[in-house]
Amino acid sequence: MTATQEASHQASKTPTTESPNGRLGGASPVKGVTPNIEVAPVQRRPRNPAPWPLDLYQSAVGKKWVMALSGVGLMGFVFAHMVGNLKMFIPDDGKEFDDYSESLRTLLYPILPNTTFLWIMRIGLICLFAIHLHSAYSLTILNRRARPQQYSQRDYIAASWAARTMRFSGILVIAYLFIHLANLTWGVQALDDHRFVDGRAFHNTVTSLSQPWLAAIYIIRNLALAVHLFHGAWSLFQSLGVNNPRLNPWRKGFAYGFTAIVCGFNISFPILILAGVVTQVPR
Amino acid sequence: MNVTVRVWRQEDAGSAGRFETHQLDDISADMSFLEMLDVLNERLIEAGREPVAFDSDCREGICGTCGLMINGQAHGPAEATATCQLHMRKFSEGDTITIEPWRAAAFPIMRDLIVDRSPLDAVIEAGGFISADTGGAPDANLIPVPKTVSDAAMDAAACIGCGACVAACPNSAGQLFTSAKLAHLNLVPQGQAQRWERTIDMVETMEAFFGSCTNYGECEKACPKGISIDFIAYMNRDFVKAKMKNRKLIGQKFP
Repeated sequence: MTATQEASHQASKTPTTESPNGRLGGASPVKGVTPNIEVAPVQRRPRNPAPWPLDLYQSAVGKKWVMALSGVGLMGFVFAHMVGNLKMFIPDDGKEFDDYSESLRTLLYPILPNTTFLWIMRIGLICLFAIHLHSAYSLTILNRRARPQQYSQRDYIAASWAARTMRFSGILVIAYLFIHLANLTWGVQALDDHRFVDGRAFHNTVTSLSQPWLAAIYIIRNLALAVHLFHGAWSLFQSLGVNNPRLNPWRKGFAYGFTAIVCGFNISFPILILAGVVTQVPR
Repeated sequence: MNVTVRVWRQEDAGSAGRFETHQLDDISADMSFLEMLDVLNERLIEAGREPVAFDSDCREGICGTCGLMINGQAHGPAEATATCQLHMRKFSEGDTITIEPWRAAAFPIMRDLIVDRSPLDAVIEAGGFISADTGGAPDANLIPVPKTVSDAAMDAAACIGCGACVAACPNSAGQLFTSAKLAHLNLVPQGQAQRWERTIDMVETMEAFFGSCTNYGECEKACPKGISIDFIAYMNRDFVKAKMKNRKLIGQKFP
């Protein structure tokens, strides 16, 4: 096969049409040309490409690019969230921790009304989650269509367990996210043995996580996040096209290091609270 | 050696397929995998039965015609080896060998182990042409190409279009094939004039037929030519750049 095929000129003159057997004729959408082949496409191409940057999102490569970028944003969030929580290690009965959580509400306060910036960040996060989920969902649908019949026997050589379970670990992380929000943001009393007090972040965290069953949920959830990051934090470089022989040996190292730091500390919080290392001064 | 072969039989694209099991005695360990199938077919014909249809041509690993899913691995257990270059010595006495055709929506089964791989041709066709001077033969080395660049382009051009990357990918993605066919033109100076148009056309043609990349890396391991998934990253980068570029300005060399 050569790249400079004369045949392309003949094939590309046929306009896009629905063939009589109902198959979509058009495979090369931009010029409205159709390859002269019998195989039915798995994906209908949009007749009218959307304006930039939505046209990027219409393609699978663009969706992966968007998924990687939103993943970078979410990674920034989990990292900042972990760093903020490190304040619970300061043995001052949670004063720094409470100040930090209060400061999130008053961020940029005299410039913007109170909690406005917090809400901007929250809406941004919700958008990142939505876009990350939507791109994953629509690509999964495409991938299922592209492989209608599975092999009877399959021996994976390179694909890691983490890579093959991305959608499950992702769903687990999202599901547990709601438990986390209900517990420490919305203050559902049942989750905290009716001890939740609005505004006392350290108290709420310690009383919640000293319940072994809830601590176990947090640990499992962070293991799922670790599995997700293990593949995602490497994969994003490929999707974004960041590939340089000088940097490539660092890409997997970055992913493993990032996963270990974020999830390692995240898991240490419930464990150290359960062990009584991080605790409130009894009043 | 004696092996048991579980081979996929299917009349045509429309009919349902099934596995057929054959006991093969006295197979030489020095036979290639396809020679083993030839022996199977000879014995089937002698017994008055329909031989197993499979594709092959050069049988020296350079044409990309053969390609079978052997024991769940594209082109079988040997690394960087096409099915025709795989030898029976890679298997052990008494093994059961499962042979399936490539499975992908883009590769409908025509008969038994033969699939229609024309979407790969469609992707190449979408790549169009490169601008080459006509007239008198130009001086050799008129266009300087750094050695690293020509080596990288050559690595991409090693693609024989067998479709193992698509077969090995759990998503039936055609990214490794497309990125290799794209890179061997996009990396060298001669391919620059049509670079952005070619990238868009090839990627969008690919996406009409194949799944999307999830960076498993299975394709790279299945590739009989050992083509690296680095090319997929280059393609992703070129595609996004192509969507951004003001093409009116790409002729400008001066910054």
